[in-house]
Amino acid sequence: MLTLRSKKASAPDWPAYMASQAERVKDPRLARFYAGGTLDPQMPIGEAPLLAMDFETTGLDGSRHDIVSIGLVPFTMERIRPAAGRYWVLSPRRPLSDESVAFHHITHSEVEKAPDLSTILDELLERLQGHLVVAHYRQIERSFLDAAIRERLNENLLFPMIDTMSIEARIHRQSWWARLRRWAGRPMASIRLNESRQRYNLPPYTGHHAQVDALATAELLQAQILHHHTLETPVSELWR
Amino acid sequence: MNIEQLDIRSHMAQFPPFDSLADEHLDRIASDVEIRYYQAGSELLSKDQAIDALWYVRSGAVEVYQRSGRLFNRLSEGDIFGYSDLLRSNRKVRYPVSAIEDTLIYFIPGETFEAVCEEDDDFSEFVETGGQRLKVTVQQQRDDSGLMTTRVRKLITKAPLMVDATTTLQEAAREMSDANATCVLIVDVTDTQSAYTFTGRDGRYWQLNGILTDRDFCTRVLAEGKSPQTTVGEVMSRKVIVTQSDESVYEAMLSMLRNQVHHLPVLHRRQPMGILHLSDIVRHETHSSLFLVNNIFVQTTPAQLARLADEVRTGFVRMVSDGANSEMISRALATIGRAFIQRLLELAEAELGPPPVPYCFMVLGSMAREEPTITADQDNALVLHDSYDHAQHGEYFESLAKFVCDGLAGCGYPYCKGDVMAINPRWRQPLTVWKQYFTQWMDEPNGERLLHSSIFFDLAPVHGEAPMVEALQDLIAELAPQRPVFLAALARNAKNRTPPLGFFRQFVMEQDGEHRKSINLKRRGTAPLTDLVRVHALACGSNSQNSFSRLNDIDKTKLLAEGVTDRLRYAFEFMSMVRMRYQAASIERSEEPNNSVDPEQIDSRERHNLKDAFEAISNAQKFLSFRYIMPSRQDGTQGKSSSRGGR
Repeated sequence: MLTLRSKKASAPDWPAYMASQAERVKDPRLARFYAGGTLDPQMPIGEAPLLAMDFETTGLDGSRHDIVSIGLVPFTMERIRPAAGRYWVLSPRRPLSDESVAFHHITHSEVEKAPDLSTILDELLERLQGHLVVAHYRQIERSFLDAAIRERLNENLLFPMIDTMSIEARIHRQSWWARLRRWAGRPMASIRLNESRQRYNLPPYTGHHAQVDALATAELLQAQILHHHTLETPVSELWR
Repeated sequence: MNIEQLDIRSHMAQFPPFDSLADEHLDRIASDVEIRYYQAGSELLSKDQAIDALWYVRSGAVEVYQRSGRLFNRLSEGDIFGYSDLLRSNRKVRYPVSAIEDTLIYFIPGETFEAVCEEDDDFSEFVETGGQRLKVTVQQQRDDSGLMTTRVRKLITKAPLMVDATTTLQEAAREMSDANATCVLIVDVTDTQSAYTFTGRDGRYWQLNGILTDRDFCTRVLAEGKSPQTTVGEVMSRKVIVTQSDESVYEAMLSMLRNQVHHLPVLHRRQPMGILHLSDIVRHETHSSLFLVNNIFVQTTPAQLARLADEVRTGFVRMVSDGANSEMISRALATIGRAFIQRLLELAEAELGPPPVPYCFMVLGSMAREEPTITADQDNALVLHDSYDHAQHGEYFESLAKFVCDGLAGCGYPYCKGDVMAINPRWRQPLTVWKQYFTQWMDEPNGERLLHSSIFFDLAPVHGEAPMVEALQDLIAELAPQRPVFLAALARNAKNRTPPLGFFRQFVMEQDGEHRKSINLKRRGTAPLTDLVRVHALACGSNSQNSFSRLNDIDKTKLLAEGVTDRLRYAFEFMSMVRMRYQAASIERSEEPNNSVDPEQIDSRERHNLKDAFEAISNAQKFLSFRYIMPSRQDGTQGKSSSRGGR
């Protein structure tokens, strides 16, 4: 609980940030997106329109690697709607390594025909608008999207996200109980997507596909909220 | 299809009814799925909540509760629920559902569900018949008694009687008599082993060549005038219908019906193990209800008996789903009903003391015919010994009657609306008075009175001095054939309720209590049929009560044209079965069973059969008017009644 409070103190004032960005950015698409603002910080999570987002990338460093696919699945605490989701394979600026082909099941030929991120940016922003984005390990989604936009438009794209992995980490890594376990030399609980899901009796899915992982993330958040929060928890307590 | 939907699809494809869906339908379902996570202990569906989707358990487990709060079913990975509510017009939840584990649910939207139901018959059949509905509750009871799951070998108690073809008929008959067997198998030694041979105890190869039953001794031996010295090989049936020892009893029963045989040699591979007789199956089926009967006889208060009422219902549902026929089910229900009465009378006598004069408690109507369904109310009466003195004994029998009728009402047999019960002093009378009642009814049949009293012409003793009730049965059987006015009046009454068929063979619907279009299968089907069978049975002096037995008695006369009684038997069996299936389905849905069916809900083949059944009744009713003509008052031939008029 102590850790949670210190984190809360460091949570940025997202509505203010979005408003100032709306004034600052020159690209009209980004300006429109920022002007759309965030959800009301006091909105209960149980009422929030959410959007699970997952990227598959060529590596882990946003400045050197690229996004190869994006999966989106819209949901609320009541329903996850895969049919309303969206999936894109994108063309990376740098060639795809054979290892990442094997890992993501995306082939060279698929990537060759794929569009560049800039061509889908309109639709992507439109889908993000009005939703609170949920990702597992938001560092990837946030830094890769920001880097990709900076590279193409020389501007920032940052917005609030809920990170299911940090929710999991708070419970299994940063609680006093988890620290005690570590101090006693017990292995740390895994907070990877699939291992986290198992703790909530969620079924295993075929991993490493942006669309499947987005769906898996949506289910995980529903489970986490029910187990560790309430439907009344304001979104600002969860977003970072 | 998106890849995450492939994951959903491949999971569903492992479970019924999705496993047998065409690819396009499965694709459609998987791509429309919506998802939600539920924590253990939370309520997924509450009663009367609106429902707009079929629920599929992807992981976890849920429990479904009946309205009474009793556990109805437990479902886990791959199971579906909510379909019976979706099929209802108001789409409201009847059974609350709770998660017993953390559970992930896939929702199949109502529209998708409907579309697939519309196009895939197997799928809609699965959801309509509730394929897995009673998984837990029914399976437990089914374990050791179901016709579907019991193997034939379990019913075999002794080795078959076997003789060779050169045995004389007389010798075979003597051996059958000694072994108390109703049939003999004819086996012969062969030199070579073949697909038809088995190895005998003597190590030689034997082959099953024929069968001779007690019925064959009548039709193939006596009727043909064969000498007792004829060999069995000459007269035996060479076409032997057999079954394997690991076959289900249900299959064996179907085989008997299909081949019109009552004896079925049971083989283990090719070795004869025993003979299965139709009565073995009936006995087996009754045996599972005997459990309940046994249970009835160990209860010590009416309140304890009342607690068994639910078991009667579950037993009924089980018999229907096991594929027992209506005659078996009705006889079982009649046995159970009689057991309740007997036990209540024993308890009453224990409380009130031994009866001051002998009595017989009799049942009337469907219970007396051994044709009750699960909705039967109580129709009963008391026949007292002629030494009965009202002033002295009246109070005792009043208390006795009250004890039994109140007790029966508690056990799920509602009070008779027409007040035909032993608690009515009019129906608690000495034998002489009862004889006067019946004589008067038959001598002076008055339409209205007959309508009211036709229920008394189906009667059977349950407890006490049975000969007193048998004396009444004999009186009726003796007098009725000589009372044409009575028979004509009875025949006219039997036509009051007509089958619901219009001029062009379309169904004529009625509104039931809940204002749904329906057909009352009892009022418009089985009741008119038993009415008209009763007229014929009384006319030919039968003292049977059961409609099938009455039809057998009618067959012995030439009263009805050939084939008519068969059609009536078929119509009766068919309508009874449809009625019982509907009642069982109502009980499964926690609804009160009744006699109404919605023809729209019957598949087209059955609808056709139902029309045939109604038509058979309709034709038989028309025949009644020709056969039983009301004699004119002037030339009345009915002895003393003629002067008093026979309206």
